[in-house]
Amino acid sequence: MSRWLLWLPLVLFGIFFAAVATGLIMPKDNIIESKMVGKPMPAFALPAAVEQRPGLSSADLTKGKPTLLNIFASWCVPCIAEAPQLLALQQAGVEINAIASRDTPEDIANFLNRWGNPYARIGTDTTSKVQLELGSSGVPETFVIDGDGIIVHQHIGDIRQEDIAKLIELLEDAG
Amino acid sequence: MKRFLVLLILCFTAPIAAQTGLPPAPYADRQLDDPKQEAAARDLMEELRCLKCQSQSIADSNAPMAGDMRSQVRERIAAGETPEQVRGWLIERYGNWVSYNPPIASAVTWPLWIAPIILLLAALWLARGRFRKTKDGE
Repeated sequence: MSRWLLWLPLVLFGIFFAAVATGLIMPKDNIIESKMVGKPMPAFALPAAVEQRPGLSSADLTKGKPTLLNIFASWCVPCIAEAPQLLALQQAGVEINAIASRDTPEDIANFLNRWGNPYARIGTDTTSKVQLELGSSGVPETFVIDGDGIIVHQHIGDIRQEDIAKLIELLEDAG
Repeated sequence: MKRFLVLLILCFTAPIAAQTGLPPAPYADRQLDDPKQEAAARDLMEELRCLKCQSQSIADSNAPMAGDMRSQVRERIAAGETPEQVRGWLIERYGNWVSYNPPIASAVTWPLWIAPIILLLAALWLARGRFRKTKDGE
């Protein structure tokens, strides 16, 4: 019995070593998913971010048609990378609304002039209030919302070419 | 030399411009007028995790998002919410992950509370054998 116990510290060290090694080898998963997926959109009303588009309120998202809600910012580099994909989605007939995170009207207008404007409405969220309501932790993020305003899916990070088909499928399923 | 200096200055200004240019939210760095409410808000901020810089509390972090969270915490407490209500509001959105004071009765977080007790008991049990031996030696 006590002979076996002699090995216990070594076993414990082995477990400790394995825990540290996996932490070093596998990068930490820093993505925090919103717990609001599956729940109704929280009530909000944001003023217009630019002159060309109206502001956005939660009532705009319960009109019977599934929509995308994109959170972006002019100071966000991955948002530039996903701009062509958003334009492609818009051309495929998807309604995309947006929340501009911590941004100024001039910067947003410049961003849209330069990289395209796929949005139907853009609300400006200068203090991240609505972003916190949504359980979103950064930009860019895109929510799939069904016609009744229920959040169906959260896409964290920029939308790549290969994500478009999946998003369209989710929108069709939500319709 | 002049060019070098300009370059040097640019090196230091670019990172500042890289983040949002907006001023922080109203109560991000401003204390509440009621010292009791401010103390309650402050205690809660120490226990909420920053979403951007994930090993810091929002009280410690300079990230704009942490400032926005501080402002939300202060505004909600000033409006009469209890710290536990504010914490609950955030947990509803981000999960237990966002709180540095995880619940004991949760399927994922209970080991955080039990593990230290088990380790302490194991250490006592290991030490027990040692003490007995020294007594025998005397």
